[in-house]
Amino acid sequence: MDKIFNDVWVYLAASPLLWLTVTLAVYLAGQWLFQRSGGRALFNPVALAITLLVALLLLTGTPYSTYFQGAQFIHFLLGPATVALAVPLYLHWERVRQLFLPIVVGLLVGSATAIFSAIGVAWLLGGTPRTLLSLAPKSVTTPVAMGIAEKIGGLPSLTAVLVILTGVIGAVAAPALLNGLRIRDDAIKGIAIGVAAHGIGTARAFQISAMAGAFSGLAIGLNALLTALLVPLIVKLLHLTP
Amino acid sequence: MIGALAVLLVFQLIGEILVQASGWPVPGPVIGMVLLFLALRWRGVLPTALRATAETLLSHLSLLFVPAGVGIIQHGARLADEWLAVSVALVVSTLVTVAVTALVMRAVVGRRRGGQNG
Repeated sequence: MDKIFNDVWVYLAASPLLWLTVTLAVYLAGQWLFQRSGGRALFNPVALAITLLVALLLLTGTPYSTYFQGAQFIHFLLGPATVALAVPLYLHWERVRQLFLPIVVGLLVGSATAIFSAIGVAWLLGGTPRTLLSLAPKSVTTPVAMGIAEKIGGLPSLTAVLVILTGVIGAVAAPALLNGLRIRDDAIKGIAIGVAAHGIGTARAFQISAMAGAFSGLAIGLNALLTALLVPLIVKLLHLTP
Repeated sequence: MIGALAVLLVFQLIGEILVQASGWPVPGPVIGMVLLFLALRWRGVLPTALRATAETLLSHLSLLFVPAGVGIIQHGARLADEWLAVSVALVVSTLVTVAVTALVMRAVVGRRRGGQNG
C-alpha cells in the first residue's frame, strides 16, 4: 500500500497536473467559503486560497518552483485578462468621457500617493532599501509591477507577493472606507479601488456594480502606464539604491 | 470562445512586440488593451463571443493572482525580519491611496458641476 502511494506521489509530484488542479480546487473552495459567509470581505477568496496552498506546499515539502510548473497556466492568463479590460472600457466609454478630467487628476494624484506613501511608511519603520524598492510599484497589476521592480533593483518575486497583499487589503477594506467617506458615484469608487488595489480590487469592484468594475479596470491600465513612468523618477529623486 | 481567446492573445502579442521593439517602459498587455479598445471603437461593434469571453475571464480575475501570491513562501525570512515595516506600509498606503483618489475625484467633479456632489 505504501509503495503504491509512493509511486503515485512520485508521478504526481513531477507533473504539472497536480498543482494546477489543486490551485483550481482550492480557489473554488475559497469562493464557496466566501459565499457561505454571506460575502464577508474578510473571507477574501484569494487570501484563503493562498493560505491553504502555502500550508499544502509546506506539509508536502514541495518547492515553489515545482508548484509553479503547474500553476503557471493560470498565471499566464493575467496577460489576456489585462487585454480583456478593453471590453468593459468600451461598454462604459460614454461615462468615461464625461468624467475625463476627474479621472486624469484622480489617477495622477492616486498613483503618486501609492508610491510615496508605501516607500515613506516603510522607510520610517526601518525597511531595507531592497524592500523599499520592491514596495514602490505595489499598486499596479502583477506582471507590470514585477517588470518595474526588476528595472529599479527590487526583488520581482517579492514585489508580486506585496502586490497581491495590497490587492487583498484593498478588496477587504476599500468598499467600507469609500462608504465611510460618503462616496456614492460608482465610477469614482471604481477608479479609487483600481488605482490602489489593481485586479484583486477590481474583482471586488465588479461585485459593487458592472460600472465600478469597468472603471476599476480602466484604472489598472492607466495606473500601470503612470507607475511605470513615475517609479523610476521617484526612485532617482530619493536616491534609493539596493 | 476560441476565436475570442485568439483575439485577446493576438492583441497581447502585438503589444509585446511593440514594447520589445520600442523599449517603452510600458507592459505589453496594457498596450494590447489600448489597441483592442481602439479597434472596438473603430469597428463600432462588440462581438458577442468576445464580450462573453472577456466577462468570463474578468469575473475570475482574482484566481489569476493566486500562483504569484503563493510565492510568499520564498520570502519567509525577509518578511519575518521586516514584517512591521511591510505590513504597516501596505495597509496605510492602500487605504490612503483609495481615500485620496476618491476625495480628489469628487472635488474635481463637484467643481466642474459648480455644485455639490455626494
